[in-house]
Amino acid sequence: MFIKQRPSWSVPESEVTPESVYLNRRKFMTGAIASAAALSIPGLVRAEDTRPGTVLDYKAAPQFSTDEKPAPYDAITTYNNFYEFGTGKQDPSRYASEMSVDPWSVEVEGECANPGKYALEGLLKPHQYQERIYRLRCVEAWSMVIPWVGVPLAEVIKRLEPNSDAKFVYFETLNAPEQMRGQRSLFSTIDWPYREGLRMDEAMNELSFLAVGLYGKTLPNQNGAPIRLVVPWKYGFKSIKSIVRIRFMKEQPKSSWEMIAPSEYGFYANVNPEVDHPRWSQKMERRLPSGVFRPNWIETEKFNGYGEQVAGLYKGMDLSRYY
Amino acid sequence: MASAVTNKWRGIAGKCLVFGLALLPLGFLVADIINANLGPDPGQVITEALGIAAFQLLLVTLAITPLKKVTGWSGWLRYRRMLGLFAFFYAALHLLAFLQLILGWMDLWATFTKRPYIIAGAAAFLAMVPLAITSTRRMMKRTGRWWKPLHRLIYPAAILAWVHFLWQARSDITEMVVYAVILAGLLVVRARWFGVSSLVPLKRT
Ligand code: HEM
Repeated sequence: MFIKQRPSWSVPESEVTPESVYLNRRKFMTGAIASAAALSIPGLVRAEDTRPGTVLDYKAAPQFSTDEKPAPYDAITTYNNFYEFGTGKQDPSRYASEMSVDPWSVEVEGECANPGKYALEGLLKPHQYQERIYRLRCVEAWSMVIPWVGVPLAEVIKRLEPNSDAKFVYFETLNAPEQMRGQRSLFSTIDWPYREGLRMDEAMNELSFLAVGLYGKTLPNQNGAPIRLVVPWKYGFKSIKSIVRIRFMKEQPKSSWEMIAPSEYGFYANVNPEVDHPRWSQKMERRLPSGVFRPNWIETEKFNGYGEQVAGLYKGMDLSRYY
Repeated sequence: MASAVTNKWRGIAGKCLVFGLALLPLGFLVADIINANLGPDPGQVITEALGIAAFQLLLVTLAITPLKKVTGWSGWLRYRRMLGLFAFFYAALHLLAFLQLILGWMDLWATFTKRPYIIAGAAAFLAMVPLAITSTRRMMKRTGRWWKPLHRLIYPAAILAWVHFLWQARSDITEMVVYAVILAGLLVVRARWFGVSSLVPLKRT
């Protein structure tokens, strides 16, 4: 029998506010119009929630979820770093609709037994979706709690059967300047496409997640539709969005930020308050949403509080050198 | 006599207009704060808006002399001090917003010694302080022949503010390039009209 040890940061299922409560709260706020409409249509028990996206079928994964309060949907979908659509925090929510995500396919290549071009549906079909409420810590010293829906990265990787030479997994975002205005900029220092990578053992860690949804529905484009990585113990830029390529590699790939500013951003990018960044102190973070008069500062935790799951990956490594 | 009076009123009306315009960025910000319209991270938005207002006003202040030269109307000069003081006002608010809303007055030493973009911003701000202090008529008299060379500190201040802006860029520098073109334009016309030495602070010419 397999008895799972409950990590300290997890909470019993009963304590996690059910997702329906958020939906309800939201619905309540959309006000009388929606409820009046619902009441006037016979047989329609609940008012449809007005968020875009397709409703997903998933199971909660409380053992991987924090009990902290998720940021409101609007905060998660209007405050984004997705430089393919501009560097302003609101640019992605304004312009990401210019990207077409259906149909979508992911090219799998490199050191594995099952390379090829996978339609998104084919890549995901065998897996049961889970909801995981993770903390996301940006290197800019802010953070949010986000209820993702998706599948463990390890499950997908196992099906692709990497061989013994696969020491790293490399990911690429869509490169489509005609759909992504940020890529058309003359003065961008990013060499598109956006690239990220993980060491194989990091990718196989139970926390590594491929998200396809948010708050129970498919991802809005600005959050990295239709499929994105979520590695919650690393700074947000590691969680690459709108993935079109997965490559298993022998050598350590270079990530986009490493290419631009190697002295600021390393390959590992683990959340670590002890390692200073040349721009932002990493000791504290603003947990969003934050207020003007009462900024919501909290102390940043090593590995974003997921040390129990991941600290073992870095045993013996000097994390101030491998930042 | 009559025309002197209308001129005086015109001057006051012009000053009120410029004053009102210069307050607009603050007005928009306050309205956004009241309406909770700044998104989930208001401290960051406020800090950025004040920083860009300070920098833009600095550039407008620098544009006054060229405007006078191009239009042949010396009335522009009337607004220069006010614009410069507004630039300083926004820079001071920008610094305060950063300390209060982003930093929470924590980690001050590391912030001001280890972060290149902050050091550039702080240097720009420090260069603006003596200009604000010596902007009154009385201080103008007291500083006498030193006033003009002292006030050339506005050039390094503007350049440092731009460097500060550039160094906080993550990846895309389109905006910084646009401002670089404007700033370079303003400096180059001055150098051409009045000689390079007219740009050197603290040098009496
Ligand atoms: C001690 C002085 C200063 C400090 C500590 C400071 C700090 C900051 C900080 C923290 C940011 C936001 C950076 C980011 O999040 O990436 C910023 C942006 C900026 N600052 Fe300053 N600053 C100072 C002085 C100045 C001065 C004097 C000016 C102009 C006259 C200025 C103009 C700007 C501009 C234009 C931005 C960019 C705003 C944007 O992103 O749109 N700063 N500053």
